[in-house]
Amino acid sequence: MSRRRIAAVVRKEVREFRRNRFVVGTMGVLPLVFLVSPLVTIFRVPDSASGTQVKAAVGVISLLMLIIPVVLPPVIAAYSVVGERDQGTLEPVLTTPVPAGELLLGKAAAAFLPSVGLAYVIYAVVLVAIRVGAARVVRAVVFHPPELLAQLLFVPLLALWSIWLGIAVSTRASDVRVAQQLATLAGLPVLGFTSLISFQVVTPSVPLTVGLALALLAVDVAAARVVARLFDRERLITGARGARPVRRARSATRATG
Amino acid sequence: MSAREEPALVVDRLTKRFGDRLAVEDVSFGVAPGEVFGFLGPNGAGKTTTVRMLATLIRPTAGTARVAGLRLEPGNGVAIRRRIAVMTESPGLYLRLTVAENLAYFAGLYELERPRERIERVLAAVDLTSRAHDLCLSLSKGLRQRVALARAMLSEPAIVFLDEPTAGLDPVASREVHGLIGGLRERGVTVFLTTHRLEEAERLCDRVAILNTRLLTIGRPDELRDRLFTKTLVVRIAAPLAEPEAVFAVPGVDRWRADGPGRYLLTVADARVAAPAVTRALVAAGADVLSLAEAQHSLEDVYLELVDGDGGGAR
Repeated sequence: MSRRRIAAVVRKEVREFRRNRFVVGTMGVLPLVFLVSPLVTIFRVPDSASGTQVKAAVGVISLLMLIIPVVLPPVIAAYSVVGERDQGTLEPVLTTPVPAGELLLGKAAAAFLPSVGLAYVIYAVVLVAIRVGAARVVRAVVFHPPELLAQLLFVPLLALWSIWLGIAVSTRASDVRVAQQLATLAGLPVLGFTSLISFQVVTPSVPLTVGLALALLAVDVAAARVVARLFDRERLITGARGARPVRRARSATRATG
Repeated sequence: MSAREEPALVVDRLTKRFGDRLAVEDVSFGVAPGEVFGFLGPNGAGKTTTVRMLATLIRPTAGTARVAGLRLEPGNGVAIRRRIAVMTESPGLYLRLTVAENLAYFAGLYELERPRERIERVLAAVDLTSRAHDLCLSLSKGLRQRVALARAMLSEPAIVFLDEPTAGLDPVASREVHGLIGGLRERGVTVFLTTHRLEEAERLCDRVAILNTRLLTIGRPDELRDRLFTKTLVVRIAAPLAEPEAVFAVPGVDRWRADGPGRYLLTVADARVAAPAVTRALVAAGADVLSLAEAQHSLEDVYLELVDGDGGGAR
């Protein structure tokens, strides 16, 4: 595994995102929506609110914070392979010595860093705002350690899941927009899982949070392996699956590396 | 190629099938180090497919190959790609990145030492130093092609595959690309050039192969002409001969035919033997000779003769 090659991929991807209006716009506007909406909800909760009302309001915030890492990364990740194929840059890259695993890891890292960074920044801003201006009953629920731990651990792990899903769709899709829509849709079922925690259907405790985080990590690692296997150079270049030898025993069967 | 020197490419009965469609069938050839090798054929003949197989992008259905000394097999993909560079038909540049950023990315993928120096060197070679910090989006098609060529030279590969490098370029830009390919030859780089521009192949290539799904012929352009066409002398005189059969009954002339008033085509075994004898006979017959020259067949004639006569190929 070459860190230098992975770093080259990350650098290139980040440069491209920065100069892509659609990506910059999405990464700028979506988080604003996610920032304004929970704050409006939370500041409406009075000190006299019932426990159910408070739980519901905090649940909305918590859910929105966990939606960010599910919704933002596919915008970038879904573009990563099919976008390159569309603009004709994929084939030159595939003729270099970069192995598929490193290329995908670089692309995943490039999508991961800004998405998770933004998600954490927004969460931090929300926490500060709640600390400063929200009702005491709200503060007591939000600053509950297992809740905070859940947010800290689940944000990157959910982001990784969305990214691998986005890249997987991107390796098989024929069009960038279709890939982005499919990747976002495919990430939605995860929201069911986050809702259970956000609305405290499953009350988060430290052991439960750590256990779930480890399970998510295992899913992410498995997803990375599946995506690397899905990355078939021949299919990406020609649209056809790699051939099996049919004529001679000495034939070359797999020439990719 | 010296006996010790290993060929840059050895291809043995390479075949590629996409489902029911046979894209390349039983193709065998070798390319010497430093050779500029032309791969010609009509659209759909299997040129790009062959390049993609040799560049480890797609898997052969059958056959074997050695690329830059390495056997074409699964475990050698990365090592082969380290020794080669491919310039695809479309330049494939990141248009939102600058010229230098595009090259820096590939320098990173090849893990090149002193990347900045290398980038400066290849940009100088393609005369683009002054455009290093321009976005590729702002470059003309010809300039983008030059950037792609610079990218192919970046890793100092043993073999450069150029897939239709002048497709869609105007004559001036094409000539610049030809000059750069000449530069690669001077550096001793093996160039594998696929093209259907025959004048380009004739001008640049040491040898050419003509492909139409299967290999139709291979050799130096002049060899192919000699192999395919009989030698012909074209005689032009001021007035038609009264008894041409008597005049052309000279040693070295196999047969003759009139080709318009005062114009005759003579099939000869060796033009250097026949031409003086024919000249003497014409003068002796009192003819006013306007010209006497050997007919020149171009590579295009060879190509058309082979491809048109090949019923089983692409197109």
